[in-house]
Amino acid sequence: MTESALSPAVQRQLPAKAELAEPLCEALEEATRQGATAAEASVSSSFGLSVKVRQGEVDTLEHMRDRGLAITVYFGQRKGTASSADFSRASLVETVRAACDIARYTSEDPCAGLADAALMSTDAPDLRLHYRWDIEPETAIDLARECEAAALGVDPRLTNSEGAEVSTHQGIHVYGNTHGFLGGYPASQHSISCVVLGRIGESMQRDYWYTTARDPSALQAAIAVGQEAGRRTVQRLGARRLSTRTVPVLFTPTAARSLFGHFLGAIQGSSLYRKASFLLDSLNTQVFPSWLTIEEQPHLPGALGSAPFDGEGVATRPRTLVEQGVLRGYVLSSYSARKLGMQTTGNAGGIHNLIVHPGAMDYSQLLQEMHRGLVVSHLMGQGVNPVTGDYSRGAAGFWVDNGEVAYPVEEITIAGHLKEMFKRIQAVGRDVDIRGNIRTGSVLVEGMTVAGE
Amino acid sequence: MSDSTMQHNLDLARQSILAPADLGETDLERVFGRLMGPKVDAADLYFQVQRHEAWVLEDGIIKEGSRSLDQGVGVRAVSGEQTGFAYSDEIMLPALLEASSAARAIARSGGAGRLQAWKAGEGLALYQPLNPLDSLSADEKVALLRELDAEARRQDPRVEQVVVSLAGVHDVVLVATGDGQLSADVRPLVRLNVTVLVEQNGCRESGSAGGGGRTGYECFLDSDRLKGYAREAVRQALLNLEAVEAPAGTLPVVLGPGWPGVLLHEAVGHGLEGDFNRKATSAFAGRLGERVASPLCTVVDNGTLPGRRGSLNIDDEGTPTQCTTLIERGVLTGYMQDSLNARLMGMRPTGNGRRESYAHLPMPRMTNTYMLAGPHAPEEIIASVDRGLYAVNFGGGQVDITSGKFVFSASEAYLIENGRITRPVKGATLIGNGPDVLTRVSMVGNDLQLDSGIGTCGKEGQSVPVGVGQPTLKVDALTVGGTQVG
Repeated sequence: MTESALSPAVQRQLPAKAELAEPLCEALEEATRQGATAAEASVSSSFGLSVKVRQGEVDTLEHMRDRGLAITVYFGQRKGTASSADFSRASLVETVRAACDIARYTSEDPCAGLADAALMSTDAPDLRLHYRWDIEPETAIDLARECEAAALGVDPRLTNSEGAEVSTHQGIHVYGNTHGFLGGYPASQHSISCVVLGRIGESMQRDYWYTTARDPSALQAAIAVGQEAGRRTVQRLGARRLSTRTVPVLFTPTAARSLFGHFLGAIQGSSLYRKASFLLDSLNTQVFPSWLTIEEQPHLPGALGSAPFDGEGVATRPRTLVEQGVLRGYVLSSYSARKLGMQTTGNAGGIHNLIVHPGAMDYSQLLQEMHRGLVVSHLMGQGVNPVTGDYSRGAAGFWVDNGEVAYPVEEITIAGHLKEMFKRIQAVGRDVDIRGNIRTGSVLVEGMTVAGE
Repeated sequence: MSDSTMQHNLDLARQSILAPADLGETDLERVFGRLMGPKVDAADLYFQVQRHEAWVLEDGIIKEGSRSLDQGVGVRAVSGEQTGFAYSDEIMLPALLEASSAARAIARSGGAGRLQAWKAGEGLALYQPLNPLDSLSADEKVALLRELDAEARRQDPRVEQVVVSLAGVHDVVLVATGDGQLSADVRPLVRLNVTVLVEQNGCRESGSAGGGGRTGYECFLDSDRLKGYAREAVRQALLNLEAVEAPAGTLPVVLGPGWPGVLLHEAVGHGLEGDFNRKATSAFAGRLGERVASPLCTVVDNGTLPGRRGSLNIDDEGTPTQCTTLIERGVLTGYMQDSLNARLMGMRPTGNGRRESYAHLPMPRMTNTYMLAGPHAPEEIIASVDRGLYAVNFGGGQVDITSGKFVFSASEAYLIENGRITRPVKGATLIGNGPDVLTRVSMVGNDLQLDSGIGTCGKEGQSVPVGVGQPTLKVDALTVGGTQVG
């Protein structure tokens, strides 16, 4: 790569907060002018670069750049929403008009409106969410090459690749409303990932590994990412099926994350007020074993789920969501809170770092603890009924005998009921995966049905 | 084929995309001048203006409405197996030139490209070039939501909650390619959905139904259609209240007609997309001409069905869609291709080059994928099973194209005992192996149906609307992921 044309997009600066606040405030003013009694808006701008190398050659080089403005207007208790990527004056007026038009047709909703003014974030902490990664495309390509080569070098049975990818993204998001709240901050996310394929006879397997962080210096080395992807793919080679049986299941941290995702889905306001949750009316009841604690930590510096305020400007706060296994709170926006006659929990837009407290055992100790059972490292499909908690998903992983991995398995399902599965959690490992908004170690669940041949 | 439709769409696209930006064909030539070069095999510009709206009724009130306008241009240069891509949400000459420089950097050496004279591409006329957002007034849209809500509540006193959503998209695209072809499409898309929650003795279940296609909203004004959605959603929810635990293990499975065709989408569809086969990452790679299904199975991907959700007049590279036979009487006969993978494999593009938007790269994607009808009466198929599962409705599915393992999750299923449908069972995931599941198809019904227009397919983070379909069919052995062992 020699063209200098690669560089401009990479060296582009994020706009300052004030630059985005301008169209935002204009939109809010325009809303008031058009008769809205209240309004809220958000504006974002982001850019990024992504390179993918496959079998040593550049596969794709992508430059990304996105902008957007979204506004919600309220006419008393009626609301309307519109969005556009065009920040010109004419377009702003048009977007606001579209939102106001809609609000003429929506119904009076006693729960609609901005979050209470008193809850607005006042002194947003600096959570260190923005780090530049001034990587030239040429360097990114070299990193991806190193990563893929390291993966394929793990074992001669690794014969093919879907490639290694290096990406960098930065963006700034600003939110404001007619309470006078205006807040915004830049954030970044950088990643290196790799997928390779292995073959034994006619059967092929693939697996992946990735590292992702807001601070590029927190990324795992490209070579290490590749080696891990290679190692994981080799481990899956020669997978067999299992016969149908009932056994304990150890979810690896990546797979276990989805269990707590189902938990979050069930305690979020919109599921609760629609009564579409298997954890309806579970507040202050035992949902998990008494040794299990789950916290929300919105202010962890540099974490992927951190945010000083939520999607409505409400200050976020650390809290204990599950204490000694007892559910102590829901995940609410101001709207769902009003529907439930409660107070918002600062979760408009979702949870901010769900932390499942790790236990004492590492992965190999958990295998010993399970003794004989199934490790699930991959889950497939939806297969979860959020209303009843019925759970049935495709799975792949490893059969464990005598506390040790015996062989890889595939083409099986695991089934149970989430409410029971949560209560039957035997242990959470200390092998915590921090690459996401939900942080958990491996999770050992007793008594799940495995269906196979 | 319709040259006049293409001409009309081109005029409309020029007027709504290029004219506001004061862009003319000479400007496009300038852009290609920067984008093309000796080492660039192909290049394209994808202009798009998309208007979207959504309305939601909940708790008996019109709770939300939204409108969005998204527009931009994606710029791509391809050199060998390498792709350079950049996009801009500003449809303006400077932004286009900058994106072109970024995209063409993929080819190492520079040099001036030359463009032939522009010519209009070919396309089909499968739907009206209308704006569905204008097909009903806001009052009529709101009335439609209310009617469906009332209809659902009328069905049964156990209905506790009803959520109705209506969404429409007006998508205008203009594709300019480096070989001088200009193509345009105006794509309407509508979708109506109802979800109900029923409650009985403290037990709750939900059900949903809906449909849509490439038309205006007026298709929903048919009150039989509306009643059908309401009835179907409530029926499913009530049925699941009665459902017993599903069996766990491998048994014969009879799949109902229509939407259960998600089986084909997952088990064989993705594995037959050109990119995975060029890269030999699919379990089907290198198997053209081999038997991959029982002789009863003929599977096609057909983008040319009028008005269907998965249909397109042209794909997102300007290639007219077609009906591609993927499996003919059990033998693998074709892949779905976009231009890049077709060129690299020495095959012809099949009109399957699709992208979520201007901000995404095109790749081979399905359109409407279905199995043709067979000789058996559906009753005869069910009667042939001693003990098995009859699955008629599904949530989504997923596939690992490398190992070939796929899942799809039943949301309405029954036990078959001694050739008769007996009790409803709870939802369960079915899992199988794509390259051999169709070899176990022993009966194929004469009742081919397509789904009602609800499918969305995700691949590498990009979503596109698709269709599926099939007749009733019997798979002799498929693993059912219930909880009831033995």
